[in-house]
Amino acid sequence: MIPELGHFALMLALGLALIQGTMPIVGTRTSDPVLMSIAAPAAIAQFVFVAMAFIALAVCYVTSDFSVLNVYENSNSQMPLIYRLTSIWGNHEGSMMLWIAILAFFGALVAAFGNNLPVVLKANALAVQAWIAAAFQLFILATSNPFVRIPDAPFEGRDLTPVLQDPGLAFHPPMLYLGYVGFSIAFSFAIAALIEGRIDAAWARWVRPWALLAWMCLTLGIAGGSYWAYYELGWGGFWFWDPVENASLMPWLAGTALLHSAVVMEKRGALKVWTILLAILTFSLSLIGTFLVRSGVLTSVHAFATDPTRGIFILGILIVFIGGALSLYAWRAPLLKQGGLFAPISREGALVFNNLFLTTACATVFVGTLYPLALEALTGDKISVGPPFFNATFGPLFIPLMAVMPFGPLMGWKRGDLVGAAQRLLAAMVLAGLAVVAASAIERGGPVLAPFGVGIAVFVMAGAVTDIAERTLVLRVPFRTALRRALGLPRSAWGTAFAHFGMGVTLLGIIGVTAWGSERIAEIKPGDHLDIAHYRFTFDGMFNRDGPNYHDAVGRFTVHRMNGELIGNMEPSRRTFPSRNMAITQAALMSRGVSQLYLSLGDPNKDGTVPVRLYFKPQVLMIWLGAAFMFVGGALSLSDRRLRIGAPRPAKAKPNPTLQAAE
Amino acid sequence: MTRKQRRFTLIGCGLAVLAVAVALMLNAFRDSIVFFNSPSDVAEKHVEPGTRIRLGGLVKDGSLVRGNDLSIRFDVTDGKTEIPVAYRGVLPDLFREGQGVVAEGALDGGGVFNADTILAKHDETYMPKEVADALKKSGHWKDDYAQRAAMPVGGSK
Repeated sequence: MIPELGHFALMLALGLALIQGTMPIVGTRTSDPVLMSIAAPAAIAQFVFVAMAFIALAVCYVTSDFSVLNVYENSNSQMPLIYRLTSIWGNHEGSMMLWIAILAFFGALVAAFGNNLPVVLKANALAVQAWIAAAFQLFILATSNPFVRIPDAPFEGRDLTPVLQDPGLAFHPPMLYLGYVGFSIAFSFAIAALIEGRIDAAWARWVRPWALLAWMCLTLGIAGGSYWAYYELGWGGFWFWDPVENASLMPWLAGTALLHSAVVMEKRGALKVWTILLAILTFSLSLIGTFLVRSGVLTSVHAFATDPTRGIFILGILIVFIGGALSLYAWRAPLLKQGGLFAPISREGALVFNNLFLTTACATVFVGTLYPLALEALTGDKISVGPPFFNATFGPLFIPLMAVMPFGPLMGWKRGDLVGAAQRLLAAMVLAGLAVVAASAIERGGPVLAPFGVGIAVFVMAGAVTDIAERTLVLRVPFRTALRRALGLPRSAWGTAFAHFGMGVTLLGIIGVTAWGSERIAEIKPGDHLDIAHYRFTFDGMFNRDGPNYHDAVGRFTVHRMNGELIGNMEPSRRTFPSRNMAITQAALMSRGVSQLYLSLGDPNKDGTVPVRLYFKPQVLMIWLGAAFMFVGGALSLSDRRLRIGAPRPAKAKPNPTLQAAE
Repeated sequence: MTRKQRRFTLIGCGLAVLAVAVALMLNAFRDSIVFFNSPSDVAEKHVEPGTRIRLGGLVKDGSLVRGNDLSIRFDVTDGKTEIPVAYRGVLPDLFREGQGVVAEGALDGGGVFNADTILAKHDETYMPKEVADALKKSGHWKDDYAQRAAMPVGGSK
């Protein structure tokens, strides 16, 4: 009964989405306020029905209703509740349900909280949002229905893929989707503005909080996925340049560019046409990401075999939305008015620089990710484009961006003072120079350029601190005055500083772990010891441990510092899932400050020896710590009074009592 | 600065950065692209020793030999041709005899493929797409694989 209710709710949601997608547009064309006002309640009702469908699926999972094919294939009654819940989106059908649930959620948020929006813009934007929703709801109903029943219900489910039985699954896909799908709001607003043919600085102010929220979630989603892959896959890589990772990085790069260009548009009225294009591109890249993951056209660690009709369906959605949006853009964008002037050396100039490099870097990732597909379609040759390509293209484009980043916030609008900014950054530059010297002195081996990378990372961090120091005049005025100034700073200024600082932290982590990380692979037997960096690992032996739906063969290791001081134990394991008859590696991690020791086991040999991989990962935690800083920066900026209150509205003309009296 | 000049500067800078990016990409494409080959492709195309390729097929049943110090040898087959592969390290969790595998490395002079990477896959029922295509081409595709591959497994990392 419950799956049928869910299925029915989904169909009703589709019906509502179709109404929401057409009536308001007719309303804006005929200036009919009643039709326009349908949009908001329809969006909320559509969300209610999508939520009902999602909850129905969740109930099937929680109660282990194996008469539902999707539950049978991906769940198991022995699994802990948390994994029975997360396995909802650990498969194709369920993850698409999550996708549309988040899409409808964002639509409902705009409908509920967009009271200060102009009526026409709101009606058009919600209508565009409904087209996207309708397309994906149709996709689910036609090709990926999660509510299909099995005639003879089995007693036990096939279990969730072991690699996905991890808390990471509870966090990473929902965050990533909040990011992907959150950019649909910016897209819908952009299309609405193009339909209306009118756009002003206030548009940027309405769109920015949504883009910012999506960006924050995407940042955490990518970082969470990276950390998950790092500890789960057993060899300690934090980024693989895997097509599906690239698919999430591309909207992040375009979305970061969008956030920055929207600032220019909001403050100075410039870059309108470009900002609209970025809003379209960012969500288009999210759609392409969905296509890459869901269609199975690319081989990746995320790929799963799917039936080709799904790929073609999503490709159709892709062509209609991206092609349609870009055509509309080409047709309507010339109508939009140009904005204010600025000198190349200015805050605007710096933000244009940022946009130029971010979008170009995004383009290189795009080419590297899709080139194998294009080549196979054209010549039949199968190739792989791996990390060397991205390191050789993305890296050189990102480094100048980082080096220029601290200058941006110190520049004035319209016309900036490069020499003045450089003078104020003198302390940061000196610090960066010292960091280069220190890194070359302390760390031996590793790439020659790595200390300079450290220098740039330190410069970025120190630059963010300089920005705040300059604004609060700390060290120059009495401390209490500086504190008062700090509290009085707009939150968005703090947001910028936090996010930029976080970028530096992440960069430092990436450089540290790639340049000076070390690795040992060996076969050992109980009593043996292995040395890495300044730590000694002694293998005490193997023992068994049972979990709810798995067995662990655990290796126990004692860790000492080289001077003999005991640090603790590490217990990596081989985890066997009887329901799927497969074993996976559970690595053991030990944090030492921001560095980590990483230990994983291979399949034990018959003679009792065990292959182990041992890694020393210097500064690795900074990679994800930086992302946390970026998230906090986004949150601070989001809580800025300016965005909370919204754009000022012209006062409504009050009826004049004296005139009425004279009537 | 007039609007026209500003536009020229912007477009100029944009083109310059784009040119640099294109140069970087072309350069990287020359050095870092790896072609995928099945064992039959390797035999037919006479892949030069030392050229980095990806070799994909099935791990031949009974061919896995573990040597000292983590060295491993096994044969990759597509039903027609077999190529011996040598690897040193810890094999991925889902490496099995009879299962699909993708190895990256280069042939040595003696016809042995020295792999430095063996690709891990998420799921036991998952067949790498290239391997599936290669098997279909050599006529050794069994419906069993297709059936298993059609099951929606895997995830949304």
